[in-house]
Parts: sequence; C-alpha cells; structure tokens
Amino acid sequence: MPEKPVDEAALRDEERALRDRFPESVREAAFEKGELTVDVGRASLLEILRFLKFERGFSSLTDIIALDLLRSRGETASRFVLLYELTNFAARIRLRLRLEAGADESAPSAVPVFKSADWAEREIFDMFGLRFEGHPCLNRIYLPDEFEGHPLRKDFPLEGRGHGL
Amino acid sequence: MAFKEIELNMGPQHPSTHGVLRLKLAVDNEVVLSVEPILGYLHRGMEKLWESQTYTQIVPLTDRLDYLASLSNNLGFVLAVEKLAGVEVPKRAQVIRVVLAELQRLASHLAWVGFMANDIGAMSILLYGFEQREDILDIFEEYIGGRLTVHGIRLGGVPRDLDGPLIARIKTVLDAIPHTLHDIQALLNENRIWKQRTVGVGVISPAEAVERGLTGPPLRATGVARDTRKDFPYSSYDDFDFDVPLGKNGDVYDRYRVRMEEINQSIRLIRQALEALPPGDVRAKVPRLFKVPAGEVYHAIEAPKGELGFYIRSDGSEKPDRVKMRSPSFINLQSLALMCQGNLFADVVGILGSLDIVLGEIDK
Repeated sequence: MPEKPVDEAALRDEERALRDRFPESVREAAFEKGELTVDVGRASLLEILRFLKFERGFSSLTDIIALDLLRSRGETASRFVLLYELTNFAARIRLRLRLEAGADESAPSAVPVFKSADWAEREIFDMFGLRFEGHPCLNRIYLPDEFEGHPLRKDFPLEGRGHGL
Repeated sequence: MAFKEIELNMGPQHPSTHGVLRLKLAVDNEVVLSVEPILGYLHRGMEKLWESQTYTQIVPLTDRLDYLASLSNNLGFVLAVEKLAGVEVPKRAQVIRVVLAELQRLASHLAWVGFMANDIGAMSILLYGFEQREDILDIFEEYIGGRLTVHGIRLGGVPRDLDGPLIARIKTVLDAIPHTLHDIQALLNENRIWKQRTVGVGVISPAEAVERGLTGPPLRATGVARDTRKDFPYSSYDDFDFDVPLGKNGDVYDRYRVRMEEINQSIRLIRQALEALPPGDVRAKVPRLFKVPAGEVYHAIEAPKGELGFYIRSDGSEKPDRVKMRSPSFINLQSLALMCQGNLFADVVGILGSLDIVLGEIDK
C-alpha cells in the first residue's frame, strides 16, 4: 500500500552516484514498488558499503537477507543471493544491494563497516550455511553447534531430518 | 583484591531474563568484563514454517513473535503483504489500525515499566502498570476476543468496526492512564534507589547505538530522533500530530523516561484518531486464497520495541517464497554486551530489562 509517493528521483540519484563511482561493479538496477535494488559485484562490496555509509548518508545497515533460489535456478552452485537493506534516515530513503553469493557459497563480511551486520551474518550462516569471510566469530546463533544441515535451505524438509542432531 | 576473572552463567531459566535467554558473563569481582548472549532456546523455525503457509494463515502466526505486542506484529506483516500486492486499504481501516497499534504500545510500555521496576526490586509498580494494561486487554477482548495473542488486523483492513460503546470504553481507559502514569512517575522519577540503579547505568553513545543498529526507545534515549512512524509514515500516521520523545544520556534512566513520555504521545495519537475516524468500509476485498504477484518488498513499522521490518519475496503463488523478519529485540540485544561492559554485575538485570526484549521475536 503506497501511503506516500516515493521519491524515485532521490533513489535514481543514488544509483547514478554508485554507477559513477563503481562503474565496474554496479550491474543492473531495478526500481519496483518504490524500492531500488542495485546488483553489485562481490569484489567491491565493502567499498560500496563504505561509500554509501560515509559519503551518501546511509548510516544504518537495517538487515541482511539471504535467499535460496533453488526452485528457480535449480541445483546450480550459485543459488544463493544476499540482500543488504540500507537506510538513510536524513534523506528518508532506503536502498537494497543485491549480491550473488557465488559458487563457493560465501561473501565478504560487512562487520568491518557496520557492526550491526554481526548477528545478521551469524543467523545466515546458521540458517543457510553461507560463510562470511572476515567475520570475527562466525558460529551458529540459534541452533546447537552439533546440528547438521541448514534449515532455511529449500532442500531441507520442513519436518526436519531425524532429530537434527 | 587481586584480579580474578570468573565465568558466570545466567539463565536460560532465570526470572529476569524475560524468557529463555542465556547469558555467559565474565566478571572480575563485581565488574562485568564481557557478556555473550546465547540464543535459540525458543527457536521454532517461524520463517521456515511461513514458507509452507498461505499469506492469510501466516497473520495469526505472527501473534506469537512479540507476544506482548501481537497487534504490532500483525500490522507489520500485513502492511508488507499489502504493499507487495498493491492492496488499497480503506481510510477508516487505516485509522482503526492506528488506534489498535497505539493501544498495543500502551499495553507493552505499561507491562515493561512493571517488569523493569520488579527486576530492580520495586514490586508495587508492577501492580500499577498491570492494572491499566488489564483494561487495555479487556478492550482487545471486547473488540476481537483475544487478550494476549490478539489476531486483530487482517489482510485488507481490520476484522470489525469500532462501534460507539467500544469507543466510549477506550476513552474511559485513556482518561485513567495519565493518573496511573502520574503515580508511577511520582514513585520513580526522583526515587533515590531507582536513580542509583538507573542513572549512568548501561550507557551507550549515539554513534555506537546507530552503528549497532539499535532502534526504538533505547536509540531515542541516546538523543537520536528516529521513529519509523515519522521517517517512513504508514497507515495514515502522517495525518496526526505527535512528538518523538528523546533522552540525552543513553542510560537506563533515559530509556525509562522516553517510554513514559511515549505513553503520553500514544494517548494523544489515539484521541486524535478516534476524533478523525472517517466513514466507510473497514476492510478491502481480499480473496481467502490470496495470490500475491511475483516480486519483493521490505516494509517496516515502529513497534513498541523498535523497527519491526518484514521482507517478503513472492513467486506469484499463494505462499511466500521467503519471509524475513527484522525483529527489533534481536538487533537491540546485540548492544547488550557493550552496555554491560564495566558495569556492576548486579546491574546486568536492569540493563537487560531496559532493552525491553521479548524472546518470542528474538528466537523466531
């Protein structure tokens, strides 16, 4: 329900700023339902996050979301996608970065830029089994350490596997 | 006394952890060196479960997240689905949602001040706070039949209209709350013991709070004016006047003051909303087997505990492909370690209480 007309121009400005600064790593950008999603390359994720945080006013990394695209992409190695939900409270806009986790099922950790990424990444590690390189303490956050498998993967059955342990 | 680091375990069964939270503490005599929260004792796999349910079936499941503010959970999820599906909610329903969400905030804050004071040793506040909260739960009961896990917001609107007698009853309760609030504040604001246990305790700086993703009253207690109702207005909140109360010092005492002032602001909001109830339907037509067009969306609301966000991705079917919940208690708890460092062991309970966490939405 669109309560407020979303400032598409402001979001397009952010996209342009990102493209100007990182012509190599910024790929597609989609504007949908008043939200902008920008596809970024993995090599410059941290630089992009730093740029957005310190030069564009996106002071909050609100959340990190992992997706398992098994159903649409099939059993390929690169079925995982990470979404970084950023908020600029001064300008009142949100921006979403989209990153392919790739064949080795990992991504650089965002903790050096945003401390709020700590538990979000541990949760994704626990639920999806994606590794975050450079995370200070990447262990399971909800499930016991001995648990086998990662429940939010699409090929993990809803009723669980045995006792899980 | 010589330096000696001791490891202490608090919880998961402990009356002051508000559920089943376990804290691994390292202390040097009475001073806390580090805190490590250990989660998962209440983990039910909600996000996995939601992938197998239809959108309509998920709404009542959200009641069980933050079980002290289930209407806020309903609202957060329903607004995200409506944004994704492009459902236009009737104006009257939007305003009724404001009334319900703010009543829920009152109930949540009144319960909080009771628990918080009880944790610190002031039992009587619990009774005062709960007396008023009870009246609000009675309103919910009359409105929709539930008291604690209220399923009071539906896709497309609200289940029923607010009628005259119910509005009169809400107004009576609103008239009574300021008296209770006055009593609570008269007992606590200048109370020497209360102040010793809260002023300058569990301090976090505005910069650290923002960096760690803190939201809600704990963030506003540091003086950062962020409130989703103002910054990203939803459900007609921008039609009404209200202030965002701020603290200065980011300590437990300021968190208490911010919440007490938020009670006044919520009362103000409900009064305006009841005056401004526009005529019309209270529910848009939404089919029971609701197919949401493919796409993705993130929508956040200001729940009593902070920013409650839902990310929903639909593949065009009647069940979501992925729902991710940004639960405020989970993210806020990340700051506990920093707030406790260097404080007394006895204050860990007070600092934890001041964050207002609910394990139902931390463990999901």
